[in-house]
Amino acid sequence: MEEFSQSQAKSKNAAEELQKRSHVEAAKCYQCGKCSGGCPVADYMDIMPRQVMRLVQLGLVEEALKSKAIWLCAGCSTCSVRCPKGVDIAHEMETLRIMAKERGYIPEKDIDKFHNIYIGLMKGFGRMYEPGLIVGRNVTTGHLLKDFSYGIPYLVKRKLNLLPYRPKQKDDIKRIFETAEQLMQQDLAEFREGR
Amino acid sequence: MKYAYYPGCSLDSTGIEFNLSTKAVCKALNVELWEIPDWNCCGSSSAHVTNPYLALGLPARNMAIAEEAGLDVAIPCAACYARSKNVELAVKESDDTRRKVAMMIGREYKGESKARALVDVFYHDLGTEMIKQKVQKPLKGLKVLTYYGCLFVRPTKTAFDDAENPISMDEIMTALGAEVMSWSSKTECCGASLSACKSTVGFPMIEKILDDAQKSGADCIVTACPMCMANLDMRQEQIGKKKGVHYGLPVYYITELLGIALNLPPKSLGIDRHFVPAIDLLNKIEPTTGGGGQ
Repeated sequence: MEEFSQSQAKSKNAAEELQKRSHVEAAKCYQCGKCSGGCPVADYMDIMPRQVMRLVQLGLVEEALKSKAIWLCAGCSTCSVRCPKGVDIAHEMETLRIMAKERGYIPEKDIDKFHNIYIGLMKGFGRMYEPGLIVGRNVTTGHLLKDFSYGIPYLVKRKLNLLPYRPKQKDDIKRIFETAEQLMQQDLAEFREGR
Repeated sequence: MKYAYYPGCSLDSTGIEFNLSTKAVCKALNVELWEIPDWNCCGSSSAHVTNPYLALGLPARNMAIAEEAGLDVAIPCAACYARSKNVELAVKESDDTRRKVAMMIGREYKGESKARALVDVFYHDLGTEMIKQKVQKPLKGLKVLTYYGCLFVRPTKTAFDDAENPISMDEIMTALGAEVMSWSSKTECCGASLSACKSTVGFPMIEKILDDAQKSGADCIVTACPMCMANLDMRQEQIGKKKGVHYGLPVYYITELLGIALNLPPKSLGIDRHFVPAIDLLNKIEPTTGGGGQ
């Protein structure tokens, strides 16, 4: 019972935080399910986008945060453009995913690692560096040979840069990353204070 | 006609054909492109699932440089376009966001310089009539499927064409003399990076689109997104092999076919660099007597 009330309290805080961060009006959703019907990834989700929205409406945000669905969402926004109530479901999923990660709920590790490597490369070089992305992904996920066979054709077709880009204004990139992190931390502090 | 040009990371590597053909076609159509110096990654699909501020700051720097030069930005890649459009709208919507963006990039970006999808520039600024007049080698006999994917048409806020039945690429292809076939995967999602980080989900999404394309009886697919291209072209053989199917469906960037219709050499457009061979199909185009226009 105590466990249940703790979970409820967590959910209540998370619900308030989600609202402040996404500004999505989840209450508008009348559960028609059009979002799930048109979702190209729905077949692979543990709960449907409609159910994610229902959990949010009920204040059971902790449950939504633990779902795989928010990680598998491809961000195609088909749900959002088709929603008869104009609810931006895709943006809600994206915000939930950021919050899930902050809380350590990462059920789709490979997806998370892939994006972490991508972010790291952007931070270091200001641009994407494909060989770094592929090698980094394969090493961290343990799928060592994934897409290995594409490397040679890409080189032969002259479609890969062997060396990463070296930004001329390296400080610009550094400032964007550092300031974005500070702004995010400020927001988080405000959410906690507001409780 | 002059635009700042933001090629983005893919066009500098895996999507080099899109870059080559964009530059060649724009030159032939008298569209002047000024490449944003020292441009950086737009943040793509990773920044906005990590930190929403990062997703604003990264494209804002490029947009601000263009704004200082007084130019709107022509952007070929769908994701780069959507990310850049997003920050343009965000700084116009809120002073607070504009201030935070300025803090991140160390300069002002007011949203005066607009993010424009290259296809939108062709469709709205040049217009299909003008393009039609420039055609030297009509794509007669070529049955094409236009594939828009997601980010040109969704979300509504950043889209430049209809979410369910976009027509800009259709009308451009018709102006080039191609036969545009109808199919139901016009705006289906290819799964983007899921093929790279969760292939059990990403591969079937690509497979569905390729199956649909094959059933339509078309010769090829036309896209304007380097991520869609990588999924449909590079992974086509891999996905076909799993189920014992040879799709043999060339995928072209819209600028490549524009270049062909403008009578530019295929190699100068990068068409020899695809995974699914794409040169042979171009020989199918019925020769027309007399040059210049249709």
